[in-house]
Amino acid sequence: MTVLWILVLAAGTYAFRLAGPLLSERLHVSSRAQELMSLATIAMLSALVATATLTASGGFSGWARPAGVLVGAVLAWRRLPFVVVVAASALAAAGLRLAGLP
Amino acid sequence: MGTVDRALVRDVSAIALASGVVGVSFGALAVSAGMPVWLALFMSVVVFAGGSQFVAVGVVAAGGSPVAAVLAGLLLNARHLPFGLAVADVLGRRWPTRLLGAHLMVDESVAFALAQPDLARRRAAYWWCSGLLFVGWNLGVTVGSVAGSTVGDPATLGLDAAFPASLLALLLPGLLPPRKEPAPAGTPSSDDAVARAKATRARHVALVGAVIALVTTPLLPAGVPILLALLAVGVALR
Repeated sequence: MTVLWILVLAAGTYAFRLAGPLLSERLHVSSRAQELMSLATIAMLSALVATATLTASGGFSGWARPAGVLVGAVLAWRRLPFVVVVAASALAAAGLRLAGLP
Repeated sequence: MGTVDRALVRDVSAIALASGVVGVSFGALAVSAGMPVWLALFMSVVVFAGGSQFVAVGVVAAGGSPVAAVLAGLLLNARHLPFGLAVADVLGRRWPTRLLGAHLMVDESVAFALAQPDLARRRAAYWWCSGLLFVGWNLGVTVGSVAGSTVGDPATLGLDAAFPASLLALLLPGLLPPRKEPAPAGTPSSDDAVARAKATRARHVALVGAVIALVTTPLLPAGVPILLALLAVGVALR
């Protein structure tokens, strides 16, 4: 990667990031549209959760990672503090890998 | 700093720390793929999107062309456009905050903002999360690129589970029916029914979006399944 290609990636990424705030100024956003936009965000974030939990380079991620995320999900559902959720999911996945689970 | 902010900063620090450790491994990967230390750090500051940085460096390290690397990275980052529509109110109308806030937009800060009940807290969550992640990520990349290939795999520490778990923890309250208050005698209020219906719609959209992304991930380039998940909003339009 040269500086030039990195700048192309950076400029394109920044254009994606800035387009949303600029477009939303032009569109007259009703409260219905506002709800649809937060649903769109929920759809993409949950898609990220699903793929980051279960897949690695297009295939199955192995069991340790989803098991760790499941531990975090149960703790989040039980309304434990966020820091505990994140730490427990990492510890669970690390522990399972230490025990030999892929 | 108020008590709300203190709790927020503690929560955000946890993921900034995790992101810093992943940054260490990116720095190590970048220098082992032949990038000088300054270039790895430059890339992290100007692109500031971890997933696309790993993909771009990975494509080139595997013998791909820079064009293919940039396209793969851009495909992965296209999701920031719809994210930006959702957090436009958080960035406000002043140009300096809007230009800076757009550069700092990441999955975690969007999720953190979305999880807040009002605009003031959405703003605080977005800026704290984006700011600390920017610092954590770039410090991590600096350490990793200087330390080089001696750095281990973040999966050993389970950090690959921490990212989806943190997003899920932020999403979950919006997907579950509102907690039952110790209800005064009488019929349930209509506010409660509205909140319930909203959570149900959100749950359906989240489930369908996750299924769309999972089913299409083996077939399509990274990033596209996340964009296709937007179709899930259709289930809320019926």
